[in-house]
Amino acid sequence: MTDILMPALSPTMEEGTLSKWLVKAGDTVSAGDVIAEIETDKATMEVEAVDEGQIEEILIEAGTEGVKVNTPIARLAGGDNAAKAPAKADAPAAQPAVVADKPTETTPEAPAKPELRDPEFPEGTPMVKITVRDALRDAMAEEMRRDEKVFLMGEEVAQYQGAYKVSRGLLEEFGDRRVIDTPITEMGFAGVGAGAAMAGLKPIIEFMTFNFAMQAIDHILNSSAKTLYMSGGQIKSSIVYRGPNGAAARVGAQHSQDYSAWYANVPGLKVVAPYDAADAKGLLKAAIRDPNPVVFLEHEMMYGLEFEIPDVEDFVLPIGKAKIQREGKDVTIVAHSRMVGFALKAADQLAAEGIDAEVVNLRTLRPLDTDTVIASVKKTNRLVTVEEGWGPCGVGAEIAARVTADAFDDLDAPPARVHQEDVPMPYAANLEALTVPSVEKIIAAVKQVSYK
Amino acid sequence: MARAAKASDGTQGSNSTPSVNRNTSKDDLLKYYREMLLIRRFEERAGQLYGMGLIGGFCHLYIGQEAVAVGMEAASIDGDQVITGYRDHGHMLAAGMDPKEVMAELTGRIGGSSKGKGGSMHMFDIETGFFGGHGIVGAQVSLGTGLAFADFYKQNGNVSYTYFGDGAANQGQVYESFNMAKLWKLPVVYVIENNEYAMGTSLARASATTELYMRGASFGIPGEQVDGMDVFAVYEAGLRASEHARSGNGPYILEMKTYRYRGHSMSDPAKYRTKEEVDDVKKNRDPIDHIKTMIEQAGVTEDELKVIDNEIKAIVLEAVEFAQTSPEPDPSELYTDVYLEA
Ligand SMILES: Cc1ncc(C[n+]2csc(CCOP(=O)(O)OP(=O)(O)O)c2C)c(N)n1
Ligand SMILES: [Mg+2]
Repeated sequence: MTDILMPALSPTMEEGTLSKWLVKAGDTVSAGDVIAEIETDKATMEVEAVDEGQIEEILIEAGTEGVKVNTPIARLAGGDNAAKAPAKADAPAAQPAVVADKPTETTPEAPAKPELRDPEFPEGTPMVKITVRDALRDAMAEEMRRDEKVFLMGEEVAQYQGAYKVSRGLLEEFGDRRVIDTPITEMGFAGVGAGAAMAGLKPIIEFMTFNFAMQAIDHILNSSAKTLYMSGGQIKSSIVYRGPNGAAARVGAQHSQDYSAWYANVPGLKVVAPYDAADAKGLLKAAIRDPNPVVFLEHEMMYGLEFEIPDVEDFVLPIGKAKIQREGKDVTIVAHSRMVGFALKAADQLAAEGIDAEVVNLRTLRPLDTDTVIASVKKTNRLVTVEEGWGPCGVGAEIAARVTADAFDDLDAPPARVHQEDVPMPYAANLEALTVPSVEKIIAAVKQVSYK
Repeated sequence: MARAAKASDGTQGSNSTPSVNRNTSKDDLLKYYREMLLIRRFEERAGQLYGMGLIGGFCHLYIGQEAVAVGMEAASIDGDQVITGYRDHGHMLAAGMDPKEVMAELTGRIGGSSKGKGGSMHMFDIETGFFGGHGIVGAQVSLGTGLAFADFYKQNGNVSYTYFGDGAANQGQVYESFNMAKLWKLPVVYVIENNEYAMGTSLARASATTELYMRGASFGIPGEQVDGMDVFAVYEAGLRASEHARSGNGPYILEMKTYRYRGHSMSDPAKYRTKEEVDDVKKNRDPIDHIKTMIEQAGVTEDELKVIDNEIKAIVLEAVEFAQTSPEPDPSELYTDVYLEA
């Protein structure tokens, strides 16, 4: 014998009207037969039999209002082989979406971070000069030699050698199976990359610029960042989404935007924003090896700049580790990507005025190395953040929040943020110069937190 | 109802022949019957558990469309991949996933295939080649094309079966994917499950052209319209499409004419169509009744069928039992599976 229960039409329904019976006692029903109609303020729906058997008794008459969900409405006499219907008792039946009824003390802490370190090189290790552009190319080439599963896909990456010539020589060395020109199809090829990663390949998806990745952000977030979690750990997405990000020069509002904060907001993604050639090479190699999806934010204005990097085989840097780019004792300037260079210039000028600034190059935005930032602030007691993106809900806002939470007593002044003005990027040269962060704005912010 | 799209490269899918008088073994008949019945009974129970508040959120049932997943699965080989949207329970069962794990995922329990962290719309199983379980309409089309890209890259002779709905067929990324799949000759079979509605919008209200099997024509992708209520028609079209894709000819489109009996999701009363329309399909085109008739013609007795019915019922009830007794995920699971150790 089985009770037929009043069903819920939606997760929030608690009661409804049993408007009509389509069967009566004595009728035989099989699974799938419509037996009744129920109604709420929103809708009428049919109730189907799930078990087969004979209706033994109607328990709630047609027309009854306010029938609570899960009340028995009829009784079914089972056939010979009728197995038991699901027990109704042990779950929070028909309560609206049960989620956070657990006491907060059982909410677990996020797991502890492993200690990360930059590789150390002995005194006298030879250095080579290399542009950021070539450092990125070398990183890809080395990883493609190392792992057959790595391939590069994007617009103009193969025959044209990259819209910014970052993939120079790769087609020649690796052929068109592994260096693939796509149609102008960001959402499509990001999805193709995400799917190939699910099947175990290690795609590098190049966006001509991150402005165009907006077409594809659905796949970056919904298909790559969340899949490991949604699959209970089964499906990994080892994929790098890379390309130039941030403010270019005189290209107007749609081609000049910093997406750092957008991606850094998303669990499941790692977000890397290199400054110099060493960062570019060491972190891109790490990103390609990483088993997680990595958004790798380059900067067009940095591609052509030369820096020294250690001339060693297999130079890899840890993702998640910031770098003290310049040591100082009076104020901490936290920056990433191109803004590190601005911060260093500001520090030089400030030194002439007797302010000794420490510059922290974040290198990775997720996971954010707050330990390094906080250690620095504990030393300097003052914080200035610099980013190319807009201020509200930005990277600087996040850092200021974490520092005030974890090092409040160490601060001698409220943190100051330098960022793009709160307007779309203007085209006019003078307005553009006014809106982006500058060395002067950084100096002014440092003086503000130093009360000078 | 077999029509074939003429592709600009001259390839053309052959017509689906109706499945009456076809030479089919009794074993095949019973296998398909069993698989379709499992989906139907499973979904009915899922609906019941939803009604009891044991399943939350969105729950999209596959009832009515069983022949598509089952027929296509029969046309696939080991190592092939399947990917679909949120109406995924039937595909997972057809792929051979454990009904217990699927049901427990629906109830959000640790025994679910995603440990309760995915839900109805997000389940995966590498072993059976089931790649989800995706909630963004159309996204699975690019992802499935990517699975095919991986097959092509690995030259493993496998095919990606990429399912999407008549509504999804209007998404831009579908055409981005068609273009790349044909350009690179990727081994993908696009299966459009045309169940006539996208939520409350009928095909004709949303689509400038309703012949969905023709949608690849401008890319030179051959297409066929198939009676998706006839598991044999599905199977045979599936074989043709798979053969085409597997032998290096690139993508193939199958438009499955099918119908969903229930609302779009559990909370949809489906007032945008008449009861007569639904009843007519149930009465005259039901995929399980259809095969049942063939089985009876093949001389299988009521009693033999009853044995299968009872087996299926037991499997489903076991799944239901498991889905209720498997515990909720431990709170420590909250932070697992966000990142893999680098
Ligand atoms: C990008 C996106 N837009 C809208 C939705 C909401 N939505 C979910 S299913 C659906 C209808 C899809 O219909 P169809 O493709 O025919 O598939 P069916 O549900 O019939 O299987 C819509 C609009 C969504 N999930 N994703
Ligand atoms: Mg549909």
